[in-house]
Amino acid sequence: MLRIDREIVAAIVAHARRDHPDEACGVVAGPAGSDRPTRHIPMTNAERSSTFYRFDSMEQLRVWREMEDRDEEPVVIYHSHTATEAYPSRTDLDLASEPGAHYLLVSTRDPEVAEVRSFRINDGTVTEEPVQVIDATVDGTAVQTYKFGHTPTMVDYECRA
Amino acid sequence: MSVDVRIPTILRSYTGGEKSVGASGDTLAELIDDLDARYPGIRGRLVTDEGALHRFVNVYVNDEDVRFLGALEAKVSDGDTVTILPAVAGGAPITR
Repeated sequence: MLRIDREIVAAIVAHARRDHPDEACGVVAGPAGSDRPTRHIPMTNAERSSTFYRFDSMEQLRVWREMEDRDEEPVVIYHSHTATEAYPSRTDLDLASEPGAHYLLVSTRDPEVAEVRSFRINDGTVTEEPVQVIDATVDGTAVQTYKFGHTPTMVDYECRA
Repeated sequence: MSVDVRIPTILRSYTGGEKSVGASGDTLAELIDDLDARYPGIRGRLVTDEGALHRFVNVYVNDEDVRFLGALEAKVSDGDTVTILPAVAGGAPITR
């Protein structure tokens, strides 16, 4: 399961909307070993393509070093699909290179409702996981979970465990 | 043993979990050969059967992407840091 702050999900969706029709991509870093994504880092899609993404290599070096200096790791790696569902493609599986990361996909094909889903990708095998969206502004123990529903805003937190 | 090589998470199975290992060579190709002698199999993750750097592996000498330094012919010397990072990439299920 991916637990992630509502504000971060909203920022990721906003990034995907902003870059549409190109694919958007980025990282949410978190303390190493915590499995808690806390620092959203939008990345440049060096491909500037509606069907492909690749982190800019120099930006990736800078961000990866920064994470190491801060004792962080890439907890979430996200990208958008602009015309298809939020499900990893064959290419996504073949190129997945962070076995510990949650791979978050956002589909911007619907201009009104963004589809957000999370996956683990290991050795070419994809496993979907639920997304639990946390409201950081309220009591941290009063966690709300959205499943299969539409939130009052524009995000569809679709979870198929 | 004079070049510090930073190993990404996904390749640490080759280095016994080490994040950073030493290797030697005058060029990146020699450095990778030396690495492979110590950690058999790692070369195949970095270099294709045709002998080119894998398209989706980023290698940096200090702060430079080796693609701008001659790729496998890039010079390395004592005290350099070589960083290996798998590219973060993917795409939609559409043919371009």
